[in-house]
Amino acid sequence: MTASIQARGLRKSFGKSVALDGVDLTVEPGRILGLIGPNGAGKSTTLNAILGLTECEGELKVLGLDPWAQRDRLMNEVCFIADVAVLPRWMRVCQALDYVQGVHPRFDRAKAESFLDRTTIKRASRIRELSKGMVTQLHLALVMAIDARLLVLDEPTLGLDLLFRKSFYDSLLNDYFDGDRTIVVSTHQVEEIQHILTDVVFIDRGRVVLDCSMESFETRYAELEVAAEHLDFARALKPIHERQLFGRSYLIFDGADRDRLATLGEVRTPSLADLFIATMAPVAAQAGRAG
Amino acid sequence: MSASMTDVSAPAAIPAARRGVRPFYWSVRREIWENRGVYLAPLAVAGIVLASFLFALRHLPDQMRRIAAMAAELNATPGTPTAALALEKLALGKATAAVAFPYAAAAGGLMLTALVFAIFYALASLHSERRDRSILFWKSLPVSDLTTVLSKAAIPLLVLPVATAVVALATQLVMLAVATGVLGLSGLDPSLMWSRLDLGAIWIAIPYGLAVLALWHAPIVGWLMLVSAWAKRMTMLWALAPPAAICLFERVALGTTYAWDFLRHRLASGFTVGFTPLPAGQHSIYGAERADPAHLLANPGLWGGFIVAGACLAACVWLRRTRDPI
Repeated sequence: MTASIQARGLRKSFGKSVALDGVDLTVEPGRILGLIGPNGAGKSTTLNAILGLTECEGELKVLGLDPWAQRDRLMNEVCFIADVAVLPRWMRVCQALDYVQGVHPRFDRAKAESFLDRTTIKRASRIRELSKGMVTQLHLALVMAIDARLLVLDEPTLGLDLLFRKSFYDSLLNDYFDGDRTIVVSTHQVEEIQHILTDVVFIDRGRVVLDCSMESFETRYAELEVAAEHLDFARALKPIHERQLFGRSYLIFDGADRDRLATLGEVRTPSLADLFIATMAPVAAQAGRAG
Repeated sequence: MSASMTDVSAPAAIPAARRGVRPFYWSVRREIWENRGVYLAPLAVAGIVLASFLFALRHLPDQMRRIAAMAAELNATPGTPTAALALEKLALGKATAAVAFPYAAAAGGLMLTALVFAIFYALASLHSERRDRSILFWKSLPVSDLTTVLSKAAIPLLVLPVATAVVALATQLVMLAVATGVLGLSGLDPSLMWSRLDLGAIWIAIPYGLAVLALWHAPIVGWLMLVSAWAKRMTMLWALAPPAAICLFERVALGTTYAWDFLRHRLASGFTVGFTPLPAGQHSIYGAERADPAHLLANPGLWGGFIVAGACLAACVWLRRTRDPI
């Protein structure tokens, strides 16, 4: 099985600021990768490089193609929602369907129509007349009706309310994902996508700081809730992060022996959000100093 | 990580023709959806011309009676031309021109509308999609930058001239039919008006003139599209400032006006380059009898313009590929 995305040593700088500082990434077919990082970490630049929207140094193959040099071919196989609210506001819903049908060889109009039938979107409406949530539903209906091998979503649910966000990811899993396609999604709303991911990559200041599958995530990371009398013992095991809440201490460990931790307190798997904060915390402190 | 950098097979391509995918055709249709003015502006102008024509129509029977009387008088007095006869001829010419004027106004008004529309269209063509970020949606579909740029260039260079010609001819036909009806109701023979108007020549001159205009103005369209692909804001300013600066610099620093003369020739001669030049001092409405494609094709300015237009469009493709949304 060949990888959907193979990136090695991706570099990109805008003037003096370095957006990507040697990103390595491998995504196998059938995976759902969450690309997570703070603002300005290089998420969008990475996705733009994968989509052939920006040129960068390093080795990059997407579905076996060079996305910058072979972009026109790649777009038959790849689909993306680059940002919320990029559908042209003047267009009518029926025109959007006509146009995509007219230019995309893998678009299944009947499928898009049936997705739209589940919403309250009218075919004759102009996109500017739709709510933000409806625009996203329309975009998702268009994208899900395209038989693409790779779907890239860059903050697809930004600015949507909880109900729309939840139904967005539910339809993605239930109606689109079939085990062969590859999905890459970047978002800030870590908690909401944790359950759909098969892999997670944390990216920070242009570098990959964490790259693991969700299966290994659960065995590798442990969160220990520890009482004050055991705190010093626990700290000796070199936690990667420590926080206090209501007088209790929560320590996150990377690769620690769970049985041993269990003797000190309650052990569970940390949430992605907690691990994200643990990984980014020293960075945030530095960013605070730098202004 | 170092597992399989090689051994990646290319995806199975679907032959575009098999699925009936027509990116260029649909991109042009998309432009027309977005810019309905391509046909609405000519129709609006045609409506105004028609309304004013109908308003002035009550004078037509009297005008035609006078023309018929003058023509009869001229025919009845053969022989050596006298001063009185010359005056009579002049008056007949003026009266005929008054009847023909609404037809010329329809054609001229529509052509002017097309020019103004083309300027504003080209300046927005590659700018608005970057400003509203819809370019990110267009780029998510398998339509190349080249196809997109060519489809946008096709609006001022192909769709607009065709729409203008169709509307102009249809407008004149309606005018002619209504005028014929009015004369018939007044008990006059409409054939005199038909022979005086010589619309056949105009109906060749309109599509031919529009085609010449499109070809001659292609580099201007290219330049305006290039500005729209490049400028972040104030596209009109960026379109005008560099040529104006060059003209000003040349005039002040060198005391010459070659740049200005060159630009003025390109801007003002769009209609005349396709026709046989008139002798100095003589003015006439350009009609079909002077249409001269050979004269146009022998003009090196036409071919130079194509090169400039091609270079501008190539730059548009490159800019659309490399520039981020605004």
